[in-house]
Amino acid sequence: MTTVLILYAALSIAAAICASWLFRRVLVRFSPGNLSEEFATAPLSACFGMLVILIYVLVAALAPLLAPYEPDHIVGGEFLPWSTMHLLGTDNLGRDMLSRLVYGARNTVSIAFLSTAIAFIAGTSLGLLAATVGGWLDQALSRFIDVIITIPGLVFSLLLLTVFGTSISILILVIAVIDSSRVFRLARAVAIDVVAMDYIEAARLRGETLWRLITREILPNATAPLVAEFGLRFCFVFLAISALSFLGVGIQPPTADWGSMVRENAALITFGDITPLLPAGCIAVLTVAVNFVVDWMLHRASGLKE
Amino acid sequence: MTSKENGSKLLNLTDIWIEGQSNGQWTPLVRGVNLSLHRGEVLGLIGESGAGKSTLGLAAMGFTRDGCRFSGGSVRFNDVDLLKTSEAEKRRLRGRSIAYVAQSAAASFNPAHRLISQHCEMPVKHGVMSRDDAARDGMELYRRMRLPNPTEIGFRYPHQVSGGQLQRAMTAMAMSCRPDLIIFDEPTTALDVTTQIEVLRAIRRIVTDFNTAAIYISHDLAVVAQMADRIKVLLRGEEVEEAETRTMLSQPKEDYTKSLWAVRSYARDVRPPLAVDKPALLQVAGVTASYGSHDVLTDISFDVHPARTVAVVGESGSGKSTIARVITGLLRPRIGQVLLDGKTLLAHYRDRNREELRQVQMIYQMADTALNPKLRLREIIGRPAEMYLGLKGKQLQERIRALLRMIELEPDKFLDRLPSELSGGQKQRVGIARALAAEPKLIICDEVTSALDQIVAEGVLKLLDRLQAELGLSYVFITHDLATVRAIADDVIVMQKGRVVEQGMKEDVFQPPHHPYTARLLASVPQMDPDWLTRSLEKFTDSLDSPQ
Repeated sequence: MTTVLILYAALSIAAAICASWLFRRVLVRFSPGNLSEEFATAPLSACFGMLVILIYVLVAALAPLLAPYEPDHIVGGEFLPWSTMHLLGTDNLGRDMLSRLVYGARNTVSIAFLSTAIAFIAGTSLGLLAATVGGWLDQALSRFIDVIITIPGLVFSLLLLTVFGTSISILILVIAVIDSSRVFRLARAVAIDVVAMDYIEAARLRGETLWRLITREILPNATAPLVAEFGLRFCFVFLAISALSFLGVGIQPPTADWGSMVRENAALITFGDITPLLPAGCIAVLTVAVNFVVDWMLHRASGLKE
Repeated sequence: MTSKENGSKLLNLTDIWIEGQSNGQWTPLVRGVNLSLHRGEVLGLIGESGAGKSTLGLAAMGFTRDGCRFSGGSVRFNDVDLLKTSEAEKRRLRGRSIAYVAQSAAASFNPAHRLISQHCEMPVKHGVMSRDDAARDGMELYRRMRLPNPTEIGFRYPHQVSGGQLQRAMTAMAMSCRPDLIIFDEPTTALDVTTQIEVLRAIRRIVTDFNTAAIYISHDLAVVAQMADRIKVLLRGEEVEEAETRTMLSQPKEDYTKSLWAVRSYARDVRPPLAVDKPALLQVAGVTASYGSHDVLTDISFDVHPARTVAVVGESGSGKSTIARVITGLLRPRIGQVLLDGKTLLAHYRDRNREELRQVQMIYQMADTALNPKLRLREIIGRPAEMYLGLKGKQLQERIRALLRMIELEPDKFLDRLPSELSGGQKQRVGIARALAAEPKLIICDEVTSALDQIVAEGVLKLLDRLQAELGLSYVFITHDLATVRAIADDVIVMQKGRVVEQGMKEDVFQPPHHPYTARLLASVPQMDPDWLTRSLEKFTDSLDSPQ
């Protein structure tokens, strides 16, 4: 039994390496000049990451074509085992597991991406603003953010979701608000170091507007740590959504979502069936993939060359 | 530990090759240099940055920095081949027989331990002395190094003593095992002239007293001339020439050496004195400024006239950079005001209009932090022209090219470079071009040459001078280097502790009678005369002996 497992693991790793290598060849061949050179020097891990992200995006976009059934239709008995009819079996209500996984990609990934993006736009702009303007604005913003940070994230989001209801847009906003406080702290800390540089003083003395000061002079010098943080935050958001869905205040049934799928089918684990772990695996693989890509971007941005 | 038999070779480096790794390739940093040193002899190593001086100095200890390696030659110290002996044997020699004094004493001391306990570490470790003997000996060395309160100063932490004192404490520490050889790597480069002379004196005395051989690395010829018996000139890892100090100073053979010597004699043509009735471009009128409750400037007044250069001189902490902050509007003066073309400038730069901001531009000391590392030269230089003069498209590109040509950089090669792809001197030139792009009337130069090598610095000074003649610019030149002042200033302001101690035309300030402080500053500037230190010490012994 264990030898078979090890064999499977070795095979899938080998397949992943081959796929990433092929993907890099494709990227180098079909992308324009500059980009092509960048890809040629990309490590395999980054190519694997990009490949996985691409697959997820495609699956999310083409969900209706790929899924054999509607995600919320009851198509058979409860907890059917894997078969040719239902490749990954059915869930606790008799809905097709594979179809729900495919639609789950669409819901979970897009919500996670949207809330991270909003958190970053808000957190970064406020953080840079606080660092650049300084004085009372910095004090006011920083102390306000401190207050938000002191409340445990999960408890705070539970509270907000209970107050404002559990629609998807509110879910995105709540996660974004909580995460933006963390992004704010990072952006402000990085920007404060940059603001102390002589070239910022020169730009101020030149009479540059605040907007230009932030976008042209400060932001380009603060991107590296922010990009790294983006990778990390994106994964945390994933986990947060899954946790909230698992607790029942996240994405509401019957919408397919990986977090709630784990909860709904958790009973199966008792019978030695790994089906409930598949959605969790999907999250894990995407998390790893995103971080591979982020690592590579960081490596390039920091100019670390061995 | 000292040797009686003068004449025996202490150190012998033959045909040394050292390579450094960059971008995966090994490139030679030191190419086949020979170096030998007798007991009790001091050898001066000079050259620009990148000449391989420090690399060679470390090689004398059988050491290379990370990413470097010996690729040829041999290092014989006291008949031991340092490149062939074991790491353990080298460790036994280092600290005990060969010591090293680094440029930045502040970065070389452990801030968490008292000076004396760091001093005692080596003698105890090498088994030369017991802890108590080493401490007593340390105090004796501190006394010899003329540190104030030699019995107490050892119990201070590194941050509790001044930079010059720390540098002397480090030399004392290097002496702790009475080594045969000490390597001094630019020990006074980071110090003010007045501090430098004290450190130089202490180093020379102790090296003579203990008959220690030394390698003295510096890019400052005048300093090396005081310290060394022989001088070796390096250029790009190769030896240019080597000779006795006096011979080297009076009759350098190679062109490169002559050019190094000539840098120090650079001086602009004397300008005719100013017509009395001409209105001043910039007036600083009775300015007193403070950080918090502490006054850093007290009642400063001076005028800057069109197409003239005013040099502001003083030691660090004299408030000379604060003047720049007041003129540019970064610091509000508590009392007094700044006038440009007869009109009062508002105290804060945000309240000034664009035209007023354009007229006064600034060039910074550290070109590294003064240029945005993520912008290309095209944008760095183009931005002020675009912003103040409203240039666009082709006109703007033409202007950027003209500016690059003005600072003697080839536009096609440099337009799209990032600051990290430039040398130190080129970066400083870009800083100048950025200031010029605004077409200002006044440029404030804050220590613009102090981070540069002499030859590069001379190039920058000549450039500034040429631009002044062509464009009629006025400069406020903030510096601690009197040689620079001599070279380019019309008027001089000497500052000490936030006050002006002397001001006037350069000829007047530099002619006796001097204010005592000016006299001290002038006397502290090393001269290209090997006897200068000896003479100046006799003359100034009393005033310099007082603790700082």
